[in-house]
Amino acid sequence: MVNFLTNILILGVPFSVALLLAGLGEMFNQRAGVFNLGCEGIMAMGAFLAFMPPYFLAGSMPAGMANLVGILVAMAAGALMGLVFALVTVTFRAPQGIAGIGLHMLGWGTAGTLFRHFVGGVTGVPGIQTLPIPFLSGIPFLGPVLFNHNPLVYLAFLLVPAAWYLLFKTPWGLKVRSVGTYPRAADTMGINVNRVRYQALALGGAMAGLAGAYLSLAQAKMFADDLVAGRGFIAVALVYFGRWHPVGILGGALLFSLAQSLQLSIQVAGIDFPYEFAVMLPYVLVIVVLALSGKSKMASPTDLGKPYNREQRV
Amino acid sequence: MNRAAKVAYGGFVVAAAIFAAMFVGALVMMAIGADVFRTYWVILTEPLQDLFGVTEILVRAIPLSLVALGIAIAFRSGILNIGAEGQMLMGILAYAATAIALPGLPKFILLPLSLLAGAAGGALWGGIAGFLKARLQVNEILSTVMLNYIAAQFYTFLLRGPLMDPGELVTGTGTPQTIRLPKGAWLDRLVEGTRLHAGLVIALALAVAVFFLLWRTTVGFRMRAAGAEAKAARYAGIGVERYLIIAMLLSGAFAGLAGAVEVAGVHRRAIEGISGGYGFTGIVVALFGGLHPAGIIPASAVFGLLLLGADMTQRSANVPANMVLVLQGAIILSIVAARQFMNNPYVQDKVTRRFAKWFGKRVPTVPEAAEAACPDPADVAGPCTAGEDGQGDGKNPAEGR
Repeated sequence: MVNFLTNILILGVPFSVALLLAGLGEMFNQRAGVFNLGCEGIMAMGAFLAFMPPYFLAGSMPAGMANLVGILVAMAAGALMGLVFALVTVTFRAPQGIAGIGLHMLGWGTAGTLFRHFVGGVTGVPGIQTLPIPFLSGIPFLGPVLFNHNPLVYLAFLLVPAAWYLLFKTPWGLKVRSVGTYPRAADTMGINVNRVRYQALALGGAMAGLAGAYLSLAQAKMFADDLVAGRGFIAVALVYFGRWHPVGILGGALLFSLAQSLQLSIQVAGIDFPYEFAVMLPYVLVIVVLALSGKSKMASPTDLGKPYNREQRV
Repeated sequence: MNRAAKVAYGGFVVAAAIFAAMFVGALVMMAIGADVFRTYWVILTEPLQDLFGVTEILVRAIPLSLVALGIAIAFRSGILNIGAEGQMLMGILAYAATAIALPGLPKFILLPLSLLAGAAGGALWGGIAGFLKARLQVNEILSTVMLNYIAAQFYTFLLRGPLMDPGELVTGTGTPQTIRLPKGAWLDRLVEGTRLHAGLVIALALAVAVFFLLWRTTVGFRMRAAGAEAKAARYAGIGVERYLIIAMLLSGAFAGLAGAVEVAGVHRRAIEGISGGYGFTGIVVALFGGLHPAGIIPASAVFGLLLLGADMTQRSANVPANMVLVLQGAIILSIVAARQFMNNPYVQDKVTRRFAKWFGKRVPTVPEAAEAACPDPADVAGPCTAGEDGQGDGKNPAEGR
């Protein structure tokens, strides 16, 4: 039994990374007042682009180098898609919910089109290898759960305090929070509201691209059309659940990844339970969590979802 | 701006939006080394070569228009229904289960009954999201997306389990599908030798019905009021929450009916992959059609053409059919971006002044319509929309968070 639970934790911790990275990125978007539902599409694009260099350059450069190139390309493309979203929602002040669905379809469709043309079928890549941390990975229970993963897992967990510091302790973080809470006051104080929103969307996009890269390079070690499978939308839900705070998002990401690894463990253990219902579990959990955290609306950035028009009288 | 300039301006914005979307599509086509002009040519003209192509466009337009009508109802009521895909699947399940359970009934009872069951299945699925939104403030975009995934799994479960064709188990192929439905539940074909079916009549009739519902009844007025400005509607005594739920029930019912009609007219058994992205394309159709039945019907034909054309490019120009998703995403982004230029008199005014500088022509600084009805446009928060018709209500009902 203890073994069973430990296994759930060992599986669950790396599962949380994609949700955590995308969730932290989305947190910056929403703190700046922009609700980016295109996260899912950015992740699909990131997953595909990160997969390409290791797939094509396998022979000509070391695997680690190819992985790094893939990750950087995915992040750059994510940032670019974040800027496209900023152009539509910040400059053209389009309604954000529906524009996000447009960005999702654009990213998803582009990744699928390019994948079918350049790759065709499901093919694996070596991916990012596990990097046990010396000494720490030898600790009986904590070692395998926390210190025996690939480097991106450690990076993602270090990004939680980093995101907290960036958001709450730096001038830029203060600007982000102010343009999402009261853009007119921020504007009066000389902050360029639209520019900060552009920056936040580029950062959020890059993080969603990194999350996608993690999925294809570290988690699945392959690419498929439906690889992301709603994780981008779950990440958006996590931001609500985590009340726009990095630690809350970390908690939410762990909750979902543990639910997922529980679901997998149940299947592996051969317990007779319809496979389809097990797959449903995380999605049902999202709805339940959103229903229970309805009150967290009070904690939301007050101008979330509202385009800012400095020429409009109040 | 005078009337002619307004038309020219609107036409220019629409042309620019379509061009921007096609440009994004062209970038992706260039990335895969496809001939851009040939691909667009194939997508837009190949399906129109013969009668069969035209009927196939209409076959795709039928579910698209039904889904889009439902989405328009929801968007007009201020709720974004992204869950048409899942609602279609639930509609198909309810329709197929009813038809399988009651095979002996005469056609004039079984067909309407099973189609209504399909609508009820979709309404149930949409209603969940509506209820969650109205009572617990659950973001409807997230809940409908999640319900899509749940419905897809539930659909597969039933098709591989309880609803599976027993014959598949005997022959051992194990294809996840139901038995062929009783003939009493079929929609008749309209043209011999093609797949065009009587669902066309249903779609057209319901388009008229939606127009009357939204613009000629009290319920419709209240739904649109709740969508345009919930606070004002509540102040006027409208139970906004109730109308949100009604809107989602109706929206889901239309999607469920779209699924049922598709099975009743085309496949005649529930198989996997029927919804095939109709739920998402329906969103694009609804937006492209201006959230109005009179626009949605032609828009659904345009997108039926696009879907069929994309299938054809896969064969003849070697461009993957996923290309259609790219175009749809680009179209959504360019439509919502263009709205700002279309509906906001202030932006219109600014743009025309910019052009006046280029051409050295004087234009009035205040839009006529605004001047006529508003005391001073500068004193009004937000764009003054007086003098415009119902479509250009400035404040976008589909504004989402």
